[in-house]
Amino acid sequence: MSSLLSMQNIRKQYPGVLALDNVSFELQAGEVHCLLGENGAGKSTLMKVLSGAIQKDGGEILIEEKPVDIHSPVQSQRLGIGMIYQDFKLVPELSVAENILLGHEPTKGKSSFIDFPALHKKAETILFQLGETFDTHAPVFTLSVAQRQVVEIAKALSKNVRILAMDEPSASLTQRELKTLFAIIKRLKSEGVGIIYISHRLEEIFEIGDRLTVLRDGKHIKTCALGEANRRSLINWMVGREIEQEYPKIELERGEEILRVEHVSGGVVNDASFTLYKGEIFGFGGLVGAGRSDLAKIIFGADKKEKGKIFLNGKEIAPRSPREAIDLGIGLLTEDRNHFGLFMQLDIKENISISNLAELLKGPFVDREKEASVANEYSSSLRIKTPSIEQLVENLSGGNRQKVVLARWLFTKSKVLIFDEPTVGIDVGVKYEIYNLLNRLAQDGFGVIVISSDLPELLGVCDRIAVMWQGSMTGILERSQFSQERVMMLATGQALEEQDA
Amino acid sequence: MPEGQHTSNALERFKRLFDKFGIGIALLIELILFSQLSEFFFTADNILNVTLQTSITAIIAAGMTFVILTGGIDLSVGALVALTGIVTTSAMSSAMPMSLALPLGLLVGGVLGFITGIFVTKLNITPFIVTLAMMTICRGLAFIYTDGRPIWEVPPEFSILGNGRLLAIPIPTIIMLGVYVVAFTMLHRTRFGRYVYAVGGNKEAARLAGISTNKVLIQVYILSGALASLSGILLASRMNSGQPNSGLMYELDVIAAVVVGGTSLTGGRGTIVGTFIGAMLIGVLRNGLNLLNVSSYVQMVMVGVVILLAVLLDQLRKK
Repeated sequence: MSSLLSMQNIRKQYPGVLALDNVSFELQAGEVHCLLGENGAGKSTLMKVLSGAIQKDGGEILIEEKPVDIHSPVQSQRLGIGMIYQDFKLVPELSVAENILLGHEPTKGKSSFIDFPALHKKAETILFQLGETFDTHAPVFTLSVAQRQVVEIAKALSKNVRILAMDEPSASLTQRELKTLFAIIKRLKSEGVGIIYISHRLEEIFEIGDRLTVLRDGKHIKTCALGEANRRSLINWMVGREIEQEYPKIELERGEEILRVEHVSGGVVNDASFTLYKGEIFGFGGLVGAGRSDLAKIIFGADKKEKGKIFLNGKEIAPRSPREAIDLGIGLLTEDRNHFGLFMQLDIKENISISNLAELLKGPFVDREKEASVANEYSSSLRIKTPSIEQLVENLSGGNRQKVVLARWLFTKSKVLIFDEPTVGIDVGVKYEIYNLLNRLAQDGFGVIVISSDLPELLGVCDRIAVMWQGSMTGILERSQFSQERVMMLATGQALEEQDA
Repeated sequence: MPEGQHTSNALERFKRLFDKFGIGIALLIELILFSQLSEFFFTADNILNVTLQTSITAIIAAGMTFVILTGGIDLSVGALVALTGIVTTSAMSSAMPMSLALPLGLLVGGVLGFITGIFVTKLNITPFIVTLAMMTICRGLAFIYTDGRPIWEVPPEFSILGNGRLLAIPIPTIIMLGVYVVAFTMLHRTRFGRYVYAVGGNKEAARLAGISTNKVLIQVYILSGALASLSGILLASRMNSGQPNSGLMYELDVIAAVVVGGTSLTGGRGTIVGTFIGAMLIGVLRNGLNLLNVSSYVQMVMVGVVILLAVLLDQLRKK
């Protein structure tokens, strides 16, 4: 098979960092080529070079063996290169059809009036190509995340893409939606489109990939067929050293009860009950939208509780705001820490102190010396990698950002910590560190709740797992009962078989 | 080393200097330029004069900085200047002592700021719309109450506030400096200030971090309103009367000062020192151009150009 795209010895220098150091990447027609690496490995830089968002400093790009120059996104699109980003670039108020054909709408003759019947027909044809049929008149904001992604793919196809790069396309998809995405990818493959697939989720890569390329620290590490790799070798290539165990689990004695939730309802959450003990890591499994984060927010006082009771150390509590929950000793490390957890324009110490400034007041003023010493303390005990605690959080990596949030909650003297998707967007090596931190917290007598959509992580880290489905709790599994199948069955609302009861 | 290396080093050095002091450098250049162009410019009298002329908008800009840092805007400040002037002077003209009339004036802005805050938070209407409505309401009230005529019957000692001097320094200048010291301390040293940055930077994260975002927002509008009223009192005192059409378009001058000072209209980024320098930059420009006998029409154009340049520089700095 001939090569569709060949990027040869690509070099990109940023001030102080060599982001791409002679990286080569090759893509054939009709293959799914997975691009792997930790954050900062150079994946996105390479894709930005391809999309024309940034200019390379050296190297060559060939499409169908002809050298091409890519200076701008428009040029990249003309060459048949399509990009699908994690955060979609759609106009919510416009219809599906208008979004798909944005920028090259069919017009009535030579006029500049849009030919709407033709527009919808064309959009329908493209969607049909993808095996999807939905109303092209619907405004995009009414669609589900998965549907939006289909629109995004259709949009790329409308420009006759031959090379389609997808950056973490599965990040916010449910299991069933992922199946649809894979079906679409297979269809595109059969039509000869070359697909570059970027994902942190290794299971997916084994399911959909044909070949893979691993980057590390801006260097090309490995290219091979998926068949020649396994989970462990992939991780080692990515991290650059042996990781013996992905999940460092320690066995702990279950302590006394710390949090009890009884028949709580509110929003989508319907009649949830569970008890959390000291010294255990209590997991929540289920599909995206099953109500796990909603339950966490109710416990944290951020969402309204309509029914039920919550007990902390045996005493009933009813926090009506995050402030009240924090003062009671509950902390929530939100999912999507960048949007709901951190203040990018504030520095590390200010992000750590923000929930407990009361403790740092000297008269009406914030005692900045004390603030710095508190921040330094957490920064070193959690091993936050930074030149200084005055560093803005926006300059930190995902793992270090998560540690900053954790430091904030430790400083509020929380005794119950709820981690919502604690390792999303975090490198394999740092994930390991986060798991160790979770263990340490459990060991130190915190009540630890982990909500995760990463099934192997949940099974590897937790002592018990509660599973939710459509707002209800469908079961709680003990560690001896753990299996992917059982969690998935509960997560899709099926009853477990007799022997499990 | 080739010649090019030297110039690029000098450029680098300037860039680093600018990174650190930003718009302050621009103000410095402006000061040097005008002192070369006009012999009257760099005299103690004239410099004090600039601070006096700028004090009214600069005081409002301090409050506006807090509002804009939260991602909001307050368009009602100019109208509040007028309404406060009217309320204060009319109170005094109906024999209320100054010691009561002045706090009453401050209360006008505080209360209206509180109402704005309630609309913005509890009723969830965008600040632009709420304060736009407040602007015309206040302006309208000022005209209704006075029937469009100024109020002249004020006690003679009232004019000291706006026209008096203390050790040769104009009283409004002293008040302005005081306001900035307090505002700086509030913004950069207190919990409230930290919350302002947090709410403006990421409102939902602020709520989930346990900050009462509504409270912070309401406080910010109260502050902005009260400082607008303070300026309103000073202006009425300078004019020795309450004028229903005073403070016209002040909101734009004030927003310009804040933006030139490097505060981001989307919230979360900015400083109080920046605002002060921004206000002075515009004030000095007006004063310098006056000394050079540049017509006020040309001045308008130049102020606009400076606003664009300042924001452009700030954009380049971020890259």
